[in-house]
Amino acid sequence: MIPREFEYYAPKTIPDALGLLKQFGDEAKLLAGGHSLLPMMKLRFAQPGHLIDLGRIRELKGIREDGGTLRIGAMTTENELIWSKLLQDKCPLLVEGARLISDPQVRYKGTIGGDIAHGDPGNDHPALMLVLGASFVLKASTGERVVPADGFFVGSYATLLKPGEIMTEIRIPVPAPGTGTCYAKLKRKVGDFATAAAAVMLRMKGETVQEVAIALTNVGASVLRARAAEDSLRGKAMNDASIAEAARLAMSICDPAADQRGDAEYKTAMAGEMTQRALRTARSRATH
Amino acid sequence: MAKKQAVSFKLNGRQVEVLVEPRELLIHSLREKLQHTGPHIGCETSHCGACTVDLDGMSVKSCTVLTVQCQDAEVLTIEGFEQSGELHALQEGFTQEHGLQCGYCTPGMITRAFRLLKENPSPSEEEIRYWMAGNLCRCTGYQNIVKAVQYAAKKMSSAHT
Ligand SMILES: Cc1cc2nc3c(=O)[nH]c(=O)nc-3n(C[C@H](O)[C@H](O)[C@H](O)COP(=O)(O)OP(=O)(O)OC[C@H]3O[C@@H](n4cnc5c(N)ncnc54)[C@H](O)[C@@H]3O)c2cc1C
Ligand code: FES
Ligand code: FES
Repeated sequence: MIPREFEYYAPKTIPDALGLLKQFGDEAKLLAGGHSLLPMMKLRFAQPGHLIDLGRIRELKGIREDGGTLRIGAMTTENELIWSKLLQDKCPLLVEGARLISDPQVRYKGTIGGDIAHGDPGNDHPALMLVLGASFVLKASTGERVVPADGFFVGSYATLLKPGEIMTEIRIPVPAPGTGTCYAKLKRKVGDFATAAAAVMLRMKGETVQEVAIALTNVGASVLRARAAEDSLRGKAMNDASIAEAARLAMSICDPAADQRGDAEYKTAMAGEMTQRALRTARSRATH
Repeated sequence: MAKKQAVSFKLNGRQVEVLVEPRELLIHSLREKLQHTGPHIGCETSHCGACTVDLDGMSVKSCTVLTVQCQDAEVLTIEGFEQSGELHALQEGFTQEHGLQCGYCTPGMITRAFRLLKENPSPSEEEIRYWMAGNLCRCTGYQNIVKAVQYAAKKMSSAHT
């Protein structure tokens, strides 16, 4: 399995990469960790004429906190997320999520930016980004814009990223102290995408749910925000009945494609189960 | 056809140069141009880990890396483990603990375990299983592979003290 022919470029700066993108237009593709793109090129599902490798642009790396916001370079790898003390302290959900992605070798190469930009409904970062209220910095040769994660994922392999743009940074507001989070992912084996998964972010005030966000992976054309489920929980006490009702509402928005991981009914049921598990775990991790 | 490019990198401590089309995968350069056939081709779909090599301090599946990405890199393959007739602690571990049967997965296993032990010199069994999960073995059932890694961890840590 060998990709079709292409020209390769390894720019060292963002302006150089943007210049190449502009020059080659639709013919060009950006290469990040390559662990979605190269497999697709090997199978000839993707056949770019020009490949622009972001791997030598240092500015695109690193994790830092800046005035209550976590700023993560798009080329930061999954293992770098897992090993980050800052994230473990301030945003353990991202560490938990990254640990569930694929296997160690893929995590040395795969990047958070690539995972988000790819737009595969099976990718795990989109759900984490939705519940964390993240936003993405998208740079073009004409300027930059910052778009919220909510609304960014518009369909299967479709996002708001435009052809001339590079995602440079992921911004995440540091969750308030006491926030409980969880990513519950069901997969058949190590290295597999989710059969179904649920991300939850939860803030409690005593026994009452003050704020809650729920997002589902791989049970629709893109990541799903389970708003009705969130609404059913907000402002009320959390118990077995309300958790079951939230799961039912989450299941009602699922529309998964049947594949070797199961039929639509099974995947929908598992999305409900993952929602319940993530809610329970997030509650146990939240300060009351 | 895209023009061939000269790519130079360090392979097991020795500077090498290959002339490749941009689409050539690292596994093919290693096996076909550089006669390093230790890294194996298993699945070709980034799942099995048989093609694992160490690239600039990362374990990578060389069937999913382009050779042109390796300019100025340092690559380590199973061929670089034995030193002047002495087996590496991991090679010894896999022999002593019967960590292999057909041996097809072994070069990838050892190369991956090498990086794991650099990052975590005394991993628990659970950590070994988690951090070795990108390497599949069709024969052993993994138990003896875990023991082989533990053997090497022990030997390497006692060599340091
Ligand atoms: C065996 C295997 C199992 C996997 N399992 C999982 C899993 O369980 N969960 C999961 O989430 N993922 C999984 N993946 C996918 C993996 O996480 C990929 O690495 C990830 O989807 C893409 O990240 P990348 O850095 O490799 O991007 P690439 O493959 O290099 O790029 C992907 C796409 O995004 C575009 N792109 C990349 N970076 C940018 C940027 N900065 N700005 C704009 N566009 C950009 C590229 O042009 C390309 O179209 C798996 C992959 C493999 C091989
Ligand atoms: S041959 Fe590369 S992972 Fe299987
Ligand atoms: S020993 Fe045969 S595949 Fe592992």
